[in-house]
Amino acid sequence: MLKILKYSFYDLMRSRWSYVYFFFYLLLGIVLLFLNNNLSKAVITLMNVIITLVPLIGTIFGVMYYYNSKEFTELLLAQPIKRTSIFIGQYLGVALSLSMSLILGLGLPFVFYGIFMSSAIWDFTLLLVTGTFLTLIFTALAFNIALSNENKIKGFGYAILLWLFLAVIYDGIFLMSLVFFEDYPLDKFSLIGTMFNPIDLSRILILLKLDISALLGYTGAVFKQFFGTNLGFIISTTVLSLWVIIPTYFIKRKAERKDF
Amino acid sequence: MKTHYYIIYLLFFSFLNFSAFGQNLEVCNSCEYKSIKEAISKAKPHDIILIKKGVYKEYNIIIDKPLTLLGENYPIIDGENKGEIISIHADSVTVDGLHIKNVGTSYTEDYAAIRVVKRRDFVIQNLKLEKLFFGIYLEKANHGKILNNEVLGDAVEEYNSGNGIQLWYCKNIEIDGNTVMNVRDGIYLEFSDFCKITNNVSKDNVRYGLHFMFSNDDLYENNRFESNGAGVAVMFSKRIKMYGNVFKDNWGSASYGVLLKEINDSEIIGNTFDGNTIGINIEGTNRIIYKNNDFKGNGWAIKFRGACYANSFSHNNFLYNSFDLAYNSKLNDNKFDHNYWSSYAGYDLDKDGEGDVPYRPVKLFSYIVNRTPETIILLRSLFIDIIDFSEKVSPVFTPDNLLDNHPQMKPLSND
Repeated sequence: MLKILKYSFYDLMRSRWSYVYFFFYLLLGIVLLFLNNNLSKAVITLMNVIITLVPLIGTIFGVMYYYNSKEFTELLLAQPIKRTSIFIGQYLGVALSLSMSLILGLGLPFVFYGIFMSSAIWDFTLLLVTGTFLTLIFTALAFNIALSNENKIKGFGYAILLWLFLAVIYDGIFLMSLVFFEDYPLDKFSLIGTMFNPIDLSRILILLKLDISALLGYTGAVFKQFFGTNLGFIISTTVLSLWVIIPTYFIKRKAERKDF
Repeated sequence: MKTHYYIIYLLFFSFLNFSAFGQNLEVCNSCEYKSIKEAISKAKPHDIILIKKGVYKEYNIIIDKPLTLLGENYPIIDGENKGEIISIHADSVTVDGLHIKNVGTSYTEDYAAIRVVKRRDFVIQNLKLEKLFFGIYLEKANHGKILNNEVLGDAVEEYNSGNGIQLWYCKNIEIDGNTVMNVRDGIYLEFSDFCKITNNVSKDNVRYGLHFMFSNDDLYENNRFESNGAGVAVMFSKRIKMYGNVFKDNWGSASYGVLLKEINDSEIIGNTFDGNTIGINIEGTNRIIYKNNDFKGNGWAIKFRGACYANSFSHNNFLYNSFDLAYNSKLNDNKFDHNYWSSYAGYDLDKDGEGDVPYRPVKLFSYIVNRTPETIILLRSLFIDIIDFSEKVSPVFTPDNLLDNHPQMKPLSND
């Protein structure tokens, strides 16, 4: 598996797209910091970027990589290598190279800006950690989609739909249902609702740092316990890890059962 | 002849000296007076009672003549939780440099460490008050000064604790440089006019850092209110001036940097609101000038509850608040002009430092959160940004004349 991982990783490192992705973040970081000159504003903008863009790129890249390297995968399948190691290796190769582009691309400008001296270091670290989580989750979901669809166009379609659903439509439905059922106690429902969407979950995780004063404005006891203590942080991180583990498990299961 | 005059002169002055400054009475374990009460009963008006370092277990000390109580190296007066400790029933009393602790708790009488009743020209300064019910309690007193005291309570619940500095029907009191911590209300004023509250620190109190009602023409300057249970509440008062105060980290669902209710004709200038759940909560307040304030990282910078007319907000900085403004109606009679809004995304083509496109501080999402508070969980979601944007383009739910026509391009330096 490690060999496959290494191969995929180096393959991607040589590819143009990782560089584009890396330079995009580098540029974003530089623009945000050196043209704006304000760390708090930069962190907020970065959060918006990470929450929407990272899942999108993770999904598209994952699907693209799977379809592009399909022939090579089939070649590998002919060798005496375990299926699990082929697919998990490829998955990790993509996800890790994407995460590396993200961390280096954003990290370098911030390091040059002097993040280590600043109090925003924890906010920033949290941003990178959630970014990595989101990359892992959405690449895994993309691999799942690609594995279940032979048709490239269909696969891409589903991948984009998945992103659109989780990034925008889910919140829309969520908001509508909250407003529609406003006469009922909703605090538990709203917390559980966020757990089913990794994007919402990472948003909450960052909000816990950035907007805690606003989150505490709501009176519910459940909210207060969730946001006011470390419980929120612990639960969100755990559920995010589950969001990585479960799709990865499905990759493994699908890969083992699939006919090529 | 000349010497004769000289002697009269001398006699006259020494007499004057005597009457003005009085004699010194010393209180300590080995002195003539062993207790403060004893010294007070023997003292003549305008005497100075010098209390040496030591522990004095006394309570119900009544000062009934104009005296000066001066502590040396902070002598401790321990009330042993039996009741009130010092009450001042005379004009021109000075209490200075004492460490008073263990005030009794009573739910029928509000025991205080120091109480002044219907007197004037007192000075209460450099005291340390600890383990108290009420700290300094002024009743119908006026023209007094409360300077540089340290009040440290141990309040846990609202119902069984008292206030740090309480004024009731007082006039012309000066409260300067005090530190009040861990009591119910840090500084509490009721029916007290023409008071100056300056350079105080009030923090970690169970309820309000500063609380006043029916108190007109007061000045609040350079105070710091931090991490109080419910922030600062000011109600039913007129002509209040709040300059250069700091309101910081008041978190909670009913916690405000400042809660304004029925305040009219006042000025709130040069204050800093930092990291509060609600920076200013405004209800039924009219003709207030908000100028040069900094609202930084609050949940809501300003929340309107209704019945607010003819307020003007100008030259303020709104920096990275989750919501700049929450508004509960479609009507608007308040003016916003020349403020800096960190979320302003317009441009300035003519380079005059002011944005060419007006800024709309009320977002649709703040309207939704007002209606369904649970939706706060969707804060900063992409979907919310999209609906906020569409509302910005054509306002339907938010007041369409609520605009800042001259949003600043750069933060104002308000210091």
